[in-house]
Amino acid sequence: MLAGTEPYVSSPIALSASALLPAAERRRTGIPVKLALAVAQEACTHAGRDPASVATVFTSSSGDGETVHHIFESLALPGREVSPTRFHNSVHNAAAGYWSIATQSRQPSTSLCCYDASFGAGLLDAATQTAVDNTPVALIAYDHPYPEPLHSKRPVCGAFGVALVLAPQPTKRTLATIEVTYTAGSLQPTCMIDPALEALRTGIPAARSLPLLAALARDERSVIVFELPASNHLSTRFAPTFHGSKKHAP
Amino acid sequence: MQPLSVSQFSIVNSLGAGSTAIAEALHAERSGLGPCAFESVQLNTFIGQVPGLDNAPVRSDLALYDCRNNRLAQMGLELDGFADAVRALRARIGAERIGVFIGTSTSGILQAELAYRRRDPKTGALPSDFLYAPTQNCFSVADFVQRYLELQGPAFAVSSACSSSAKVFAHAARLIAAGVCDAAVVGGVDSLCLTTLYGFNALELVSTRPCRPYDIARDGISIGEGAGFALLQKIEAPETSRAMLLGVGESSDAYHMSTPHPEGLGAKLAMQRALDSASLEASDIDYINLHGTATRTNDAAEDRASFELFGERTPCSSTKGATGHLLGAAGVTEAIIGILAMQNDLMPASVNTEEVDPVLKSRYLTKTRAGRVERVLSNSFGFGGSNCSLVLGSTA
Repeated sequence: MLAGTEPYVSSPIALSASALLPAAERRRTGIPVKLALAVAQEACTHAGRDPASVATVFTSSSGDGETVHHIFESLALPGREVSPTRFHNSVHNAAAGYWSIATQSRQPSTSLCCYDASFGAGLLDAATQTAVDNTPVALIAYDHPYPEPLHSKRPVCGAFGVALVLAPQPTKRTLATIEVTYTAGSLQPTCMIDPALEALRTGIPAARSLPLLAALARDERSVIVFELPASNHLSTRFAPTFHGSKKHAP
Repeated sequence: MQPLSVSQFSIVNSLGAGSTAIAEALHAERSGLGPCAFESVQLNTFIGQVPGLDNAPVRSDLALYDCRNNRLAQMGLELDGFADAVRALRARIGAERIGVFIGTSTSGILQAELAYRRRDPKTGALPSDFLYAPTQNCFSVADFVQRYLELQGPAFAVSSACSSSAKVFAHAARLIAAGVCDAAVVGGVDSLCLTTLYGFNALELVSTRPCRPYDIARDGISIGEGAGFALLQKIEAPETSRAMLLGVGESSDAYHMSTPHPEGLGAKLAMQRALDSASLEASDIDYINLHGTATRTNDAAEDRASFELFGERTPCSSTKGATGHLLGAAGVTEAIIGILAMQNDLMPASVNTEEVDPVLKSRYLTKTRAGRVERVLSNSFGFGGSNCSLVLGSTA
């Protein structure tokens, strides 16, 4: 579908809590955390990496919107009774916390927000960390719609999660090489040709990653431009790795 | 890591506005905590509130960003000559070469809390004057700071709960090392809101008295608000200053969302990694500014971790009895307190602590001590088991 051979058809995502989490923690996770953990785990498995050895950069525009909505509702009532679990789930780094518990990873982890440019900011940070610290880094970008009434103020058109494992050196599992260049000044961000996918790209901050995933699906050299704040951009030179057999996008 | 100079910094919280006021208050062992009288909050607790925010709207060209959190950011930027120093650097190296990385746990969510009280009775809609992006969204404060200082480099918000504004130093150091920018405004801003006051209360982590870190009778945190900023730059010439970032260490607890690892494994790893990153030994550290929240579990776990690394040699204290827990602003605030300790030759006392818990073995300061401080370690640990330690001081 991302290669352009068949059309995109929207369907609801089905998620279950990470089986890596202890039962008590599993019950406590909201959908955005399930989403983040599911893609993070899949990417690590695909990359053949033990999650406990990979640093993580989580990035999301709004984190767990359902949880903060319930807290705001409670705070607007006279009793102001906030659920303690909801409160600790409301932190922007809840996904990172549950990931660390699930994988027993003590590696460095961060949680970023850059509004609509959260994917680009996450990619910039993760690529920088991979290069400077010479270490594998998983980038996990995820977004999920707010319920009403916040949805009307900040419409996010659907759920989207993506995870990439970046490493300083190629391995047998490497899908592609990316060269990330930060440049001041604006350029047109890379769009999706399919109007439905383009609506997804512009409608969900984490889906700003779609052109990169499409390049992966097409196994095609390209330069992908992501928007950043202050009219800056991140230019990503993408080169697929050929292993002698056709690779599949994650 | 390559050391970076902290060429300018600014600080505001309930203890005072500006470095001079804060240094004086630390010297005098004062506390900024008072009985909670914030908004309509009915909780039996003490808080560290910054006075004057209600009458200090943000600059008119950024009026859309007006909220308590960005007001606090603006107040911090205008102290200690910080904004002027950034303007001077901007003129010299260019707006696009200076990054902005700001830590916050709750950004401007007070606006959303207030808006939920004014929902349309028929439709449930939020009032039209509530603006999500420039207030509630985590990025709001980084966006505001970048626009306020007219900078055009890379920018994002870091929101890893109470380690947020320690971690911004790590991000800036990496992005500067990679050449993405040559300097960075790092900082942390967190303002009082109902979510944190009622949320920590629900977790039974809030004291009914001014918090008493490391005390035998410690029974929880006092929440405060504050802002702190630091201007990080590559070192252009040999430096004699002690205002330098020497090392950063990050780790995760892999234990629980709101309780630290009981043996302090994540905390110890963050401290060790910070020392390694600075190529220093534990004995090179003269003072440790602890996370020291005054919860039973944090102080016990942190003491275990720091004692294993530093033994009983290194003087240490938590300054949260003075400032309260500034959450997403705690990291940068305590890094700046560390620099003030070095610049003023003092090791600040743990205010409010009456009797140090005998179970805790570190060399804990209940009186402010005079003495030369060349290097400090500052700890910040957060929900989700997010840990970050910084080493600051001289390279000599």
